[in-house]
Amino acid sequence: MADDLFTLGGRTFSSRLIMGTGGAPSLDVLERSLVASGTELTTVAMRRLDPTVQGSVLSVLDRLGIQVLPNTAGCYTAGEAVLTARLAREALGTDWIKLEVVADERTLLPDGVELLDAAETLVDDGFTVLPYTNDDPVLARKLEDVGCAAVMPLGSPIGSGLGIRNPHNFELIVERAGVPVILDAGAGTASDVALAMELGCAAVMLASAVTRAQVPVLMATSMRHAVEAGRLAHRAGRIPRRHFAEASSPAAGLAVLDPERPAF
Amino acid sequence: MTISVNGEPREVAAGTTLDVVVAALTSAPSGVAAALNETVVPRGQWPATALGEGDRVEVLTAVQGG
Repeated sequence: MADDLFTLGGRTFSSRLIMGTGGAPSLDVLERSLVASGTELTTVAMRRLDPTVQGSVLSVLDRLGIQVLPNTAGCYTAGEAVLTARLAREALGTDWIKLEVVADERTLLPDGVELLDAAETLVDDGFTVLPYTNDDPVLARKLEDVGCAAVMPLGSPIGSGLGIRNPHNFELIVERAGVPVILDAGAGTASDVALAMELGCAAVMLASAVTRAQVPVLMATSMRHAVEAGRLAHRAGRIPRRHFAEASSPAAGLAVLDPERPAF
Repeated sequence: MTISVNGEPREVAAGTTLDVVVAALTSAPSGVAAALNETVVPRGQWPATALGEGDRVEVLTAVQGG
């Protein structure tokens, strides 16, 4: 929204929804979903060039004027991730990197030790580092301390659609963070995204929830609204939770009536 | 001599340079990066980078992901 810009890595964005491009059934569906989402920043992966592949995700992003954010998906060590980031910088002319260093294929959970190592190296190398991390307040703090431009904790495993499994950890991370906290991974539907924003996340990153939805374009629209609704709710300040009811109609001025009359 | 290009063995003439190997895969003027034995070689240095026996070349581009 124009009166509530999102600042990340020294740039400002109107949209607080970062999209991925993986999982879309076609480039056409992807393009229409990206437009519907309102995103201004979108990830791509770096892979071996296949001369037989037609069409390019880069041309879609270029046409839509969306900033490309390369990731290091598929990397298991700091060394692989650093080299992939440098290749992405060379290929795409951006020093922004969505840093992913995962521990195993089954969970795709981040390997905190390798992640921190890679983050430190890439920050020193001049990158704007956006690390996909566990929902661990301590690791989030350490990533910020080595100079990451944001921290991107997972709500639940990539592609699981299980939402935010530990909202309390998100609150702890947001409370102490001096950089934007961005939900990364786990969003399944709009309520997950709204919750992330209500908890104080500065933005949300998602892909599968949209690209693998039955109607991706509709879900993209839904996510755009969910991000905005959650953000507005966060700024508005929710009412405190209460154990008992609190009447919203005044007690004063209530008519004194015989409870037995009129008969009904 | 034999080199590896994206994991596939390839026979090339001695003295072949990196720009020739990449051009065999794509004519794209941007969006492509190359690594020689796990080191990034900037595009401007491809014509001056002569390959040797057993060299491993990785040529990457952006694809849908994340």
